[in-house]
Amino acid sequence: MDITNYVVLAAVLFAIGATTVLLRRNAIVVFMGVELMLNATNLAFVTFARMHGDVTGQVLAFFVMVVAAAEVVVGLAIIVTIFRTRRSASVDDVNLLKG
Amino acid sequence: MNDVIGLAPWLVGFPLIGAAILLLGGKATDRWGHWLGVLASAASAVVGFILMSRMIGQVPEERAIDHHLWTWLSAGGLDVDLGLRLDPLSMTFVMLVTFVGTLIHVYSVAYMDHDPHRRRFFGYLNLFVAAMLTLVLADSYLLLFVGWEGVGLASYLLIGFWDTGRPSARENAVAAKKAFVMNRIGDMGLIAAMALMFSAVGSVSFADVLPAAAGDGAEGISPAIATAIGLCLLLAACGKSAQFPLQAWLGDAMAGPTPVSALIHAATMVTAGVYLMVRSGPILEAAPTAQLVVVIVGAVTLLFGAVVGTAKDDIKKALAASTMSQIGYMMLAAGLGPAGYAFAIFHLLTHGFFKAGLFLGAGSVMHAMGDQTDMRRFGGLSRFLPITWITMGLGWLAILGIPPFSGFWSKDGIIEAAFMPVEGQPWRAWVFGSVAVLGAAITAFYMTRLFFMTFGGRRPRWTENQHPHEGSPLMWWPLVFLGVGSAALGAVLGIGGTFTTWLEPVVGHAEHHEPVLPVPVIITTTLVVVVLGALIAFRMYAVQLVPEEAPRGSVLTRAARRDLYQDAANETLVMKPAFGVARLVQVGDRDVVDRGWSVLPQAVSWFGAVFRRAQSGYVRSYAAGMAGGVLVIAVVAWLVVGLGGAQ
Repeated sequence: MDITNYVVLAAVLFAIGATTVLLRRNAIVVFMGVELMLNATNLAFVTFARMHGDVTGQVLAFFVMVVAAAEVVVGLAIIVTIFRTRRSASVDDVNLLKG
Repeated sequence: MNDVIGLAPWLVGFPLIGAAILLLGGKATDRWGHWLGVLASAASAVVGFILMSRMIGQVPEERAIDHHLWTWLSAGGLDVDLGLRLDPLSMTFVMLVTFVGTLIHVYSVAYMDHDPHRRRFFGYLNLFVAAMLTLVLADSYLLLFVGWEGVGLASYLLIGFWDTGRPSARENAVAAKKAFVMNRIGDMGLIAAMALMFSAVGSVSFADVLPAAAGDGAEGISPAIATAIGLCLLLAACGKSAQFPLQAWLGDAMAGPTPVSALIHAATMVTAGVYLMVRSGPILEAAPTAQLVVVIVGAVTLLFGAVVGTAKDDIKKALAASTMSQIGYMMLAAGLGPAGYAFAIFHLLTHGFFKAGLFLGAGSVMHAMGDQTDMRRFGGLSRFLPITWITMGLGWLAILGIPPFSGFWSKDGIIEAAFMPVEGQPWRAWVFGSVAVLGAAITAFYMTRLFFMTFGGRRPRWTENQHPHEGSPLMWWPLVFLGVGSAALGAVLGIGGTFTTWLEPVVGHAEHHEPVLPVPVIITTTLVVVVLGALIAFRMYAVQLVPEEAPRGSVLTRAARRDLYQDAANETLVMKPAFGVARLVQVGDRDVVDRGWSVLPQAVSWFGAVFRRAQSGYVRSYAAGMAGGVLVIAVVAWLVVGLGGAQ
């Protein structure tokens, strides 16, 4: 199977994730979009590592996983806190930093 | 003399300590404060007497002593030692200031009896005396300047003493400010003179500057620098001594209590300019141009004051104009060189006595008449105020220059000196001599007018409910002392040239020139015009009835009544242009500089206003912005790299 397909799959997954982030209001769903984008990136990293015969991409994929795990912890904590104070999980309700 | 020289600092010390206790002690000193003030001044006078008597015992060459106290400033090339210079000139002033000052203190005890702030008044008086003594005893221009400023401060405080609770409070405060501001203009001159001295000689002490000016030192002062210094010093003297063109403050300074006027005019303030001129004699002699300007200023002021004096109805203002005129005589003499210095100081001394007597007499009259100062509402007071009448009469005869009263000896000396020929400028002797004689005639007129409007006349022109009576002995004893001084001092010091010889070690020996007219002719002419002036005034104000309301008068009278439009002239020539410049600067600053610079913050603010819309607070729009940005970068990168790669 052509290895290019993996890159295309990664691009499609990334596009779906980005669209989710841009279009959905629910913070949890937006979060899922972000995770999707991260995993699409991981797929691209691994694919390119395979294509070039270089492990750097695989190492970076691990880094991304670690950062994503940390990000999930912090992000979910923020979402829970916002939900407790504002009784809403919509990202459009959180606009206090408006200029 | 060295055994008593240690007392010299106490001359300044006693009044200074007195002022400090009275001003810092507050209400606790209210009950006895005025007596402490008198005591401080009297103690200083006693020290003065001791030093004076010892100085007379010395041979003339050893009479000048520089008493070093401590090093005051040491900054780079400038070393200023703080020290006192005791010589016949400064001791003459010390005697005048402490003796007349003490009499005025005693008088004030009674005069200010009902004033709730009497203690503060005496604190200021002591400060005034201390500052004046610093001024005359200083051995450098810098220490002199300290006294100079102290005198300015004390006069400001005293002229504006009644700045609350009186109908005239506002005017009094304005008068004080006027005196202070005009004095500051003069002070600039003194500062500039000191700067010039420092650049030319590298020192501001008398011991260095004066010999350098006389050309004794290794490096002398060039005539151009000497002229500049001389003119700067003259500016300073004009401010302090109320000489033309800085004379306008003196008349308004009458707003202060009358003893203050006596102190300012006789002992502690206006005499400072004459002292400065005489002390700086060698500088002026090195600068004939500056000398001529001094004489001109003196002559102009002499006539100016005399003319103003003829029209004033306010007894204090008439006396103030008279002081201006008499100080003009002294300035004129001070500009004549060694021939005039001794007479300038001699006239200052006699004037100190008779003018203090006249002012305190005027205070006594005002005290008797319920603070009335308008002479048109006096008249016939000789029967009710006999002591004031006699003592003021002595002062009147003294200022007229009638022999043997004291003014004759000093003023006649000045007139003779004014008639001395100056090499190469024959017009000078005639012009200044005539001015001096003319001034004497006008003086006779206005002083006689003042005297008879106050005391003469059978029909009093008093306002209702006036019961004039002499004040307490504390008020009339000083008058008696000053009256005796006015009568006798001139003859005591003048006969045989005692005073001239006394000052010779300081001011130098005057080569004797014959005046352009024989001396007896000058004396006779002067006496004739003086008697003539007095007779005219006697006819107008003693024989004829004096109207209670001032008649309209001629153009000249109206001008003189308004001080020859000095205030209008100052306002038009100085104040309004200065206001114009100030306004221009203000407008320029606000509309050009400020507005110019505010373009920058305005631009930043506008920029911010536009771009703050981007901060919508919606996370998704930020994300869209980022995504869009990445997309744009990617497209651009692809285009650039793609096209580059195509080649």
